[in-house]
Amino acid sequence: MKGEASALKAYGLHVAVIGLLFALSFVLPPYHHGLVARIMVLATFAMGYNLLFGYVGLLSLGHAMFFAAGLYGAGLSVYHLGWSVPLAFAGGIGCGAVLALVIGLLALRTSGVAFMIVTMMFAQVFYLTILYFARWTGGDQGLVVPQGSRVMYLGGASFDLTNPAVRYRVALALFAIVLAVVLVLVRSGFGRVLVAIRENEERTKMLGFDTFANKLAAVIVSGTICAAAGAAYALLFGYVGSSFASVQYSILPLLWVLLGGAATALGPLVGTLAMYYVTDIASSYTSAWLLIVGVMLIVGVLFFPKGVLGTIRQRWLRWLP
Amino acid sequence: MAFGPHLLLASLEGLVTAAVLALTALGLSLVFGVMRIVNVAHGEFFMLGAVLAWAITTAITGHPALGFLAALVIAPLLVGAVALVAERVVLRRLNYNPEATIVATIGLLYIIQQLALTFYGPEARPVEPPFNYRILLPWFGYSGYKLSVVAASALLLVATWLVLTRTKIGMVMRATQYDRETAQAFGIPVERVYAGVFALGAMLAAVAAVLIVPISQAHYLMGQDPLLLSFIVVIIGGLGSLRGTVVAALIIGLSDGIISVFFSPTLAKIIATFLVAMVLVFRPQGLFGTTAR
Repeated sequence: MKGEASALKAYGLHVAVIGLLFALSFVLPPYHHGLVARIMVLATFAMGYNLLFGYVGLLSLGHAMFFAAGLYGAGLSVYHLGWSVPLAFAGGIGCGAVLALVIGLLALRTSGVAFMIVTMMFAQVFYLTILYFARWTGGDQGLVVPQGSRVMYLGGASFDLTNPAVRYRVALALFAIVLAVVLVLVRSGFGRVLVAIRENEERTKMLGFDTFANKLAAVIVSGTICAAAGAAYALLFGYVGSSFASVQYSILPLLWVLLGGAATALGPLVGTLAMYYVTDIASSYTSAWLLIVGVMLIVGVLFFPKGVLGTIRQRWLRWLP
Repeated sequence: MAFGPHLLLASLEGLVTAAVLALTALGLSLVFGVMRIVNVAHGEFFMLGAVLAWAITTAITGHPALGFLAALVIAPLLVGAVALVAERVVLRRLNYNPEATIVATIGLLYIIQQLALTFYGPEARPVEPPFNYRILLPWFGYSGYKLSVVAASALLLVATWLVLTRTKIGMVMRATQYDRETAQAFGIPVERVYAGVFALGAMLAAVAAVLIVPISQAHYLMGQDPLLLSFIVVIIGGLGSLRGTVVAALIIGLSDGIISVFFSPTLAKIIATFLVAMVLVFRPQGLFGTTAR
């Protein structure tokens, strides 16, 4: 009975968070309106990362390539092939899923530090390839997806993704769907096997689970979620650039997840929000905002090693998913 | 220029890259091997060494060699002190947890980078080499300073090897690397060894930077490439294997030099990075390392 009550509380909390984000779209001033829409897309990216890092315990330093696969998959197919928005979105996700399958098959042969380095190097190869084919990708200048091609036709209705209100709601819809998917996944048997692998891979193997297949599935789901975030970013904000494939964008989701709390469902959102707003507020006071981010990271890891939500879960709310 | 001399020039350039890379990577490898942590701020210690070398050489007037020698001694000591403070204040309190230290060293990276930008500025600045002497080969002249960098680096590598294998300090370090708990049980002050190794690793990076700064300029973002390359070298060479680190640095440095002379640098990087990743996938213990314990 206790389990059911806590599950109810957990689902209630998440519905409340989605409701709050929806209500915010009516009251936020334009600048913050745009910022929160961006944060929701990037938090989706962080949720994909969290699935692998938080639940399976696999620390990847190359997730920017999955985000960029979605970003370029969607952006380039609109830009060069003139695909419609839903088709391009699906194309972006497809690119990410295939890439995740290939990378997973290769990188999962390693573990620990070697896994980190291998994923980082594959991401670097991906990044350099984007620069090498600058004729199609725009190189480090990037491409601007034309406004006219960012209108989505679904059924009889048309959604102009350049309109801030539409953009906010599409971002929220993506965030909510991925949050629901992640919640269902981690509470399922599959999710429990993943946590078991994180805690003790040898023992999980001994119990008869195919740990490689489970890890591969996790990499694919994680990469696909990140690609969905990337594809949405390209279509919503209309910019496709190689900086999104750089090492920095592999490290950022790690920071967001650690700040918010690894292996918590809402941690990625909290971490992304906190990081963006601290940077935003700090850069209005001083140009040395990197210093503040650096100090924040060190203080966070020294005093809140489990992140904001991880600490809250440990101290007060045991039922937090 | 004919193919042969061209290849020789490319190899010489590669050798200089390899020499500096070997020192930097050795620092990372020591920290990695003994303490089992990934120091993401290692490239920033490199950058700090170069920036300090610029500051010292501009402060000391007179013959350029005087300022350079002073920089070669003072800059690594200062960088070592910074590393020591970081180890005491942050890493020790994290109990050397691998994931927490990665985040903490990313924080350190941001802090050092921002401080360098604030106090040193965004410009790339040159440092005058201690001497200007061109060695005349039959086909082209080559900078004598560049060759002396190779020699100095080789000397330092041999010295480190001697310390590691022939002295008591080295034995204590190897014992800690082999088994931390047993070492502690035998009365080895593991925490002090860790502090020393972290400072030594940073100092090796700083020395490498001081040596290279008369060839390439000092810039606040110069730490990124050495970091990535050092990672590659350490992984290819195998964890904590000094011989492997040197051989891998030679392979990476030479192939980088040669490939980028004959092909597009971006394509060269793509191929090299991909090949290294493949080595890691199919031989995770590195080419020379033994399986991680």
